[in-house]
Amino acid sequence: MENTTARTSPLSLAIAWLIVGVPLLWGVMETFKKSLALFH
Amino acid sequence: MSILDREHTVAGTGYSRWLVPPAALAIHLCIGQVYGFSVFNIPLTKILGVSKAAADDWKLTSMAVIFGVAIVFLGLAAAVFGTWLERVGPRKAMFAAACCFCGGFFVAALGVKLHVFSLVVLGYGVLGGIGLGIGYISPVKTLITWFPDRPGMATGMAIMGFGGGAMIGSPLAVNLMKFFGSPTTTGVAQTMVAMGVIYFVVMMFGVFTVRVPQPGWKPAGWEPKPAGTQKLVTSANVSAADAIKTRQFWLLWMVLFLNVSAGIGVLQTASPIIQQTLGVSVAAAAGFVGLLSLFNMGGRFFWSTFSDKLGRKTTYNVYFILGGVLYALVPTSATMHSVPLFVLLVCVIISMYGGGFSTVPAYLKDLFGTMHVGAIHGRLLTAWSAAGVVGPLLINFMRDYQVAHGVALAQSYNFTMYILVGFLVVGLLCNLAVSPVHERYHHRAQVERPAPSTRLATN
Repeated sequence: MENTTARTSPLSLAIAWLIVGVPLLWGVMETFKKSLALFH
Repeated sequence: MSILDREHTVAGTGYSRWLVPPAALAIHLCIGQVYGFSVFNIPLTKILGVSKAAADDWKLTSMAVIFGVAIVFLGLAAAVFGTWLERVGPRKAMFAAACCFCGGFFVAALGVKLHVFSLVVLGYGVLGGIGLGIGYISPVKTLITWFPDRPGMATGMAIMGFGGGAMIGSPLAVNLMKFFGSPTTTGVAQTMVAMGVIYFVVMMFGVFTVRVPQPGWKPAGWEPKPAGTQKLVTSANVSAADAIKTRQFWLLWMVLFLNVSAGIGVLQTASPIIQQTLGVSVAAAAGFVGLLSLFNMGGRFFWSTFSDKLGRKTTYNVYFILGGVLYALVPTSATMHSVPLFVLLVCVIISMYGGGFSTVPAYLKDLFGTMHVGAIHGRLLTAWSAAGVVGPLLINFMRDYQVAHGVALAQSYNFTMYILVGFLVVGLLCNLAVSPVHERYHHRAQVERPAPSTRLATN
């Protein structure tokens, strides 16, 4: 067990979510751009 | 490697549970690349000829084997390694998944370099497939334990990542092949090596971020609902070995199998309908497939989160009843030549196909408790493998049978949709038959006894 009582900082949380969120957002944007062809 | 052991992953008192979903997403976004494997199909048929296929190049029809083997091994590995995962904890399992999945890329790259097809199948299909199976189930129990108040939302976030993995993996592979490609090489082998390295780094973020809660941990201010207030939700636990002896497990197996088979049927049929019946161009049809990917991913989060409010059984009833109505309307929309209606119907259907995957871990938790939910989920995923193999065969057989008996091709797609409605009706009956698990299957020793001193305010 970790012997730390330190709280997770908001910065750590933000970085963790950015690490997965940025690529996911990029993928969603790429797919969305591709899907626009349907509406042209 | 002790740093990977479960004992070294128990969270300290200040750890925020909101770090676990990104850790899980790091795994699922990577392994979800499998849905985008088709971007390699054409380049793999031109390894020798580069600009065009040479006589000795692999045939396009062979490419489906690689994906199919990966999906079969996903289910098998999830079933076989589920109990091991329960024992060693999520970190070691995630590490093993990363080694297998990324190692699979390296072996497949070697197969491409040497032009040995069996090595590609062994690498990406078998080794990569084992990584998929272990990786898919590795964060599920951990998420459910950290989010007992919102298990559907928590697992929905991770499994949404699996749906979104192809959205990253496909453009990444295309860009890497452009980068490594030259007049003398397609760049596939180099791309596979690069993707293996990139995915390994991202998956290591998940490996070293994930933590399990201390025994008896509960979110601050949250108390489990008293036993008996929710008919299907148990406070007891059922072992993985006992779970597969229950009627409920096999009913859920059928529920998942039929929901996935029907979804695969729509995915196979929607693109030909929109092109051949509704006259949409190839480029627009590709855009339509992209739109379906977005709804597949979004549905995984939306429906699973929704199930926390609505209840798991009711949510699956929605999939089967609303789904059945929508499937039945698809041929009508095609007959009306209404592209917007057709697109809307199929998008909602695909969102429920994705939702079926993400809602099932919480359904299992409701019925069997959290003790072995990862292993039980792993065993249930054989339904996915079975649907991945049997579904397309069955659907192609039905369509070919109709065409052989004089039914026009466009009309055969309509009949296929009606047959899929039949799948959903059977799925609904199976879901309606789900009842609480009998007490004789309940695990005697309550290994996860609450420890009030460990209630923490780390929301």
